[in-house]
Amino acid sequence: MATAYDIATQQAEPGQDGPAPMIAVENVYKSFAGHKVLNGITLRVSKGETLAVLGRSGTGKSVLLRLIIGLDRPDSGSICIHGQNIAGLALDRMGEIRKKMGFLFQQAALYDSLTVRENVAFPLEHHRRDMSKSERVDRARQLLVEVGLDGDIDKMPSDISGGMQKRVGLARALALEPEILLLDEPTAGLDPISSGEIDELILKLQRERRMASIVVTHDLHSAKTIAGRLALLNEGDVVIEGTFEDLQQSDIGFVKEFLQQA
Amino acid sequence: MSDRGFAPVAGLAPPLPLRRTDLISSVASSATGLCNGFFEWFGELGIFSWQVLRAAVTPPYEWRELVRQLDEVGSKSLPLVAMAGAAIGVIISLEARYSLTRFGAKSMFPATLVYSVVQVMGPIITGLVISGRVGAGMGAELASMKVTEQIDAIEASAINPYRLLAATRILACILMLPLLTLATDACGLLTGWFAQALVEPLSFHQFITSGFNGATFNAFLPQTFKTAVYGLIIGLIACFQGMRTRGGAAGVGRAATNSVVLASLFLILADVVLVKFILVFFS
Repeated sequence: MATAYDIATQQAEPGQDGPAPMIAVENVYKSFAGHKVLNGITLRVSKGETLAVLGRSGTGKSVLLRLIIGLDRPDSGSICIHGQNIAGLALDRMGEIRKKMGFLFQQAALYDSLTVRENVAFPLEHHRRDMSKSERVDRARQLLVEVGLDGDIDKMPSDISGGMQKRVGLARALALEPEILLLDEPTAGLDPISSGEIDELILKLQRERRMASIVVTHDLHSAKTIAGRLALLNEGDVVIEGTFEDLQQSDIGFVKEFLQQA
Repeated sequence: MSDRGFAPVAGLAPPLPLRRTDLISSVASSATGLCNGFFEWFGELGIFSWQVLRAAVTPPYEWRELVRQLDEVGSKSLPLVAMAGAAIGVIISLEARYSLTRFGAKSMFPATLVYSVVQVMGPIITGLVISGRVGAGMGAELASMKVTEQIDAIEASAINPYRLLAATRILACILMLPLLTLATDACGLLTGWFAQALVEPLSFHQFITSGFNGATFNAFLPQTFKTAVYGLIIGLIACFQGMRTRGGAAGVGRAATNSVVLASLFLILADVVLVKFILVFFS
């Protein structure tokens, strides 16, 4: 099985000399009620590349994703999507940028009053008004098949398992064919088999769609499988960034401790 | 018993007497906190209102959600306001007949009932009933969506939640309150007449003719359409409380309660201003 690192190294050349990054987080600070969560973090992700962001709980991994999609605003620093700084953009202007982004929430955040199919069709109903209702239904069904859910599409979110909810959330995130995919703990709370299935699904999507992806996770095994590059966060900043091998060879005490405990 | 009226608890040191300066600083600190919270709440409400207004007047318009909310606020509240209207019709009828008979003004009964129901009780009862049913429902629904990140998911899907969730609900309340008030009034008049007709014969035609004799549109329309302001208050407060919720299930409960309490309170306060406004400009 080709790992994400193989895919990423074939398709993208990340770094300063590579193509312009699709996501560029530069020196971002964020505090909540005086508590510093992000402390001058800098990250870049190019097209076709998957970056896994690792770290202990409360180190600002999910906050980083919320800043990138504009649900929160940084205290200082810049976040550029396709070269445009999104910090301070108005809601409707930000909406145009968000159409190019897909977000999988940690708890899937499915709309509990809509069926599985309606959840996936929801972004299409609002942004693809050129599509007929039957086209939207077909597209939603197709996306659900793509994430491995061809039955249960008329069930309510509360009637399906956590793993299935994650898949539905992923299908919804893919509905507008995003160029950027942000995944917040995609395997959290799942059994090892379901986690492996989600990992494979993410890899498959990466192969087929070549999106720039950031995956926030605690799961080192999952990160190693789906991401070409890993960034380890501690106290709101990146301690080390590189391949899994780079992390293994690091002499930094925190990195060693994290790998041992993981 | 000790001198101060409390029995000392074995093993515990006697409580230190609270000094006056401590008490004053404690009260001052509480008052400052309360003041800050008060201004913060109004400031946030102002920002929220501006976001909703801006979202409401710019396309794309969420017609389908608006229709769904009109049904939710209007059709589904109709039985409740009809029953409330029917009840106040009977109550006013019984009370008015007794009082008017006592003062020898029984012939004034139809006009008393019409003016009491249409000008006073109908609008305020409709507002309070809708504040309870719709305000609590909206507050709880949006709060639940907020704490389960569904509102964030809407925003992440490049959909403006102020437009989809708040503007549609507030507009539905504004449009539906006057119509529901008309339904309350109609039911109130009908049952009021019926209660009277059971005691002594009075045709409905005679009751209506006598009740509305000499009445102008100015006497009734402003009173009915002022409920659009009630709708604005109910929708705005419920959406605001719901969409700023924090803190899980407890937060949802608080949002629902606060939505009803604050909407009802502001509705009654607004009525004071509206009644004066109508008296000055429409009487």
